[in-house]
Amino acid sequence: MSEVNEKIESAKAANPSPALGDIDLESFSKQAEEHSYQEDFSKIAEADRQRMEDVGVVLGDSAKRSGTFLQKDHSVIHSKTQQDGVEIMSTPDAMQKYLWLSDYLWKLVSPEADKFTRFASDNPYQGYFIRVLPGVKADYPVQSCLYLAKHGLAQNVHNIVIVEEGAELNIITGCAIAPMNDEGLHVGISEFYIKKGAKLNFTMIHNWAPKMEVRPRTGIIIEEDAVFTNNYICLKPVHTLQTYPIARCVGKNARASFNSVLVATSGAHLDVGSRVLLEAEGTKAEIVSRAITTGGKIIARGFLSGQVADVKGHLECRGLILGESGTILAIPELEGTVAGVDLSHEAAVGKIAEEEIEYFMARGLSRDAAVSTIVRGFLSVDIEGLPPELAAQIQHATDLSQQEVL
Amino acid sequence: MLEVENLSVKVGDKQILQDVSFTVDIGETLVLFGPNGGGKSTLLMALMGFPRYEINAGRIFFKGEDITRLPVDERSQRGIGILFQRPPVVRGVKLREMVRACLGDRAESVDIDELALRSNMTEMLDREVNYGFSGGEVKRSELMQLIAQEPEFAMLDEPDSGVDLMNIVLVGKMINDLLQRDMIRSRTHSSLIITHTGHILDYVEADRACVLLNGGIWCRGNPQEILSSIKTQGYEGCAACQK
Repeated sequence: MSEVNEKIESAKAANPSPALGDIDLESFSKQAEEHSYQEDFSKIAEADRQRMEDVGVVLGDSAKRSGTFLQKDHSVIHSKTQQDGVEIMSTPDAMQKYLWLSDYLWKLVSPEADKFTRFASDNPYQGYFIRVLPGVKADYPVQSCLYLAKHGLAQNVHNIVIVEEGAELNIITGCAIAPMNDEGLHVGISEFYIKKGAKLNFTMIHNWAPKMEVRPRTGIIIEEDAVFTNNYICLKPVHTLQTYPIARCVGKNARASFNSVLVATSGAHLDVGSRVLLEAEGTKAEIVSRAITTGGKIIARGFLSGQVADVKGHLECRGLILGESGTILAIPELEGTVAGVDLSHEAAVGKIAEEEIEYFMARGLSRDAAVSTIVRGFLSVDIEGLPPELAAQIQHATDLSQQEVL
Repeated sequence: MLEVENLSVKVGDKQILQDVSFTVDIGETLVLFGPNGGGKSTLLMALMGFPRYEINAGRIFFKGEDITRLPVDERSQRGIGILFQRPPVVRGVKLREMVRACLGDRAESVDIDELALRSNMTEMLDREVNYGFSGGEVKRSELMQLIAQEPEFAMLDEPDSGVDLMNIVLVGKMINDLLQRDMIRSRTHSSLIITHTGHILDYVEADRACVLLNGGIWCRGNPQEILSSIKTQGYEGCAACQK
């Protein structure tokens, strides 16, 4: 792909539609107090710990993690690896350590893509750098939490993940906001490099607040025989959220899989999708989304592009409208530019079928219990290859949120 | 166990059943024959209490209690179960969850995997309920759920339809287990079985039979006698029969 085309794709990834309205960046504060580095997790305030744990970050001594990165507002408060061959540090530190990292920075997301990427490039930032050396298979997931403590802060981060040839890594990352804070802006630039034969399983859980504006901007490149799985869970209230990661399968037999589980409460506006370009022979992609509205608006996008023969992609989008209001707009898009591509999609949006509720009632469940069982099932996405502890974290987050949804 | 008195049922504006009366005793299996469109499934749905099936006359008693206006879940909790002919697909919900729901309070004490093994449903247990199930798998799934639920009165809507020869033997065995047909003196489970072809009667013994024609009970009698009459003369013969 030419550089010009790459820029165009980056721009698409950044902002497919202006549906969410404009945000005045000047209305957020850019400065936050410094938070001290904590070697010991027990020094982290209990309220903050609880919020972090709700998004899958384990802070107990027995944490089975290959490493941890914690950022509070603009301060890195913990950054440590537990395994040789797994590197974790802030992106600015990594830039100092590795001069070659400039070849990776702003290469998959353009700083010129939109006002948020410009904001992220114009202002000082932190964010994590995670790298797994060639052939290293991380024993446990690496975890990170990007935490917003200051009311009204614009938090911008730049994350870079490099999984070198033949390496394997699971990442669980949670983004959360402090209990007494309900307003802010989070701009997260993420660039993922999955090298030849490598595997990355990236799970992200977002727990925001009713006045939060969230704008992740993500680019992923997947080389030959590499596998990338992205799981995105956003079940708590948020004001606006717009994310549209773009993955390029550039090497033979590269695979990408995106799973999202979304809940929009009243007043929330989520514009969430993924874009996968199948650029090499034998590449495969799957995009699966489950969206529930209890009064908010969800745009669920998916775009698959088959650009060479012998590629395969499937897109599945299902939306459930609970309650009297709320909107779900599913936009599945398939693009084939040559013969021999195999792309398909299925999309369904609606209420829970009365017939399904009655089916459970005929087995003795009350109406409420029947609805609860169906919703729980709807939200559970089977994710192939997900480590059991991460599946349990997702289930835990889903269960917590389900109680609120119903 | 079950007494149905002068029941009339309509669906939308259409009157489907008119003045239907019958009883099922404790431990008894009643088989209900009838042509397609004759109202057999409507009767089961109305007995189960689905709101789309409006009872506009008559009453239903279960173990002496008038359940005519009870909602579906309360009828189920009182001991009535149903095998659906075409149950809905429930995306996302695993069959295991469904069986757990059927077990209710007994969910912790019953081994679901063992139940699935007996039902030849091990491979389906962690699949979405009815999604991509074959005809035989749907019936075995339904029967496994009913066996978990242990209803005192089970209504089986065409348990033999769409079931191949390999499966019908197991389906028959599961029904016999469900209905305690290997017991004679201590049998307490009763049932109402709908069959269009009568095929299931090669595997499950019924005590009595009725023919439902044109929205009403046309005749009653011995299951095998009625079945052989239907086999030789068809339901057209039944309609013309005045004997």
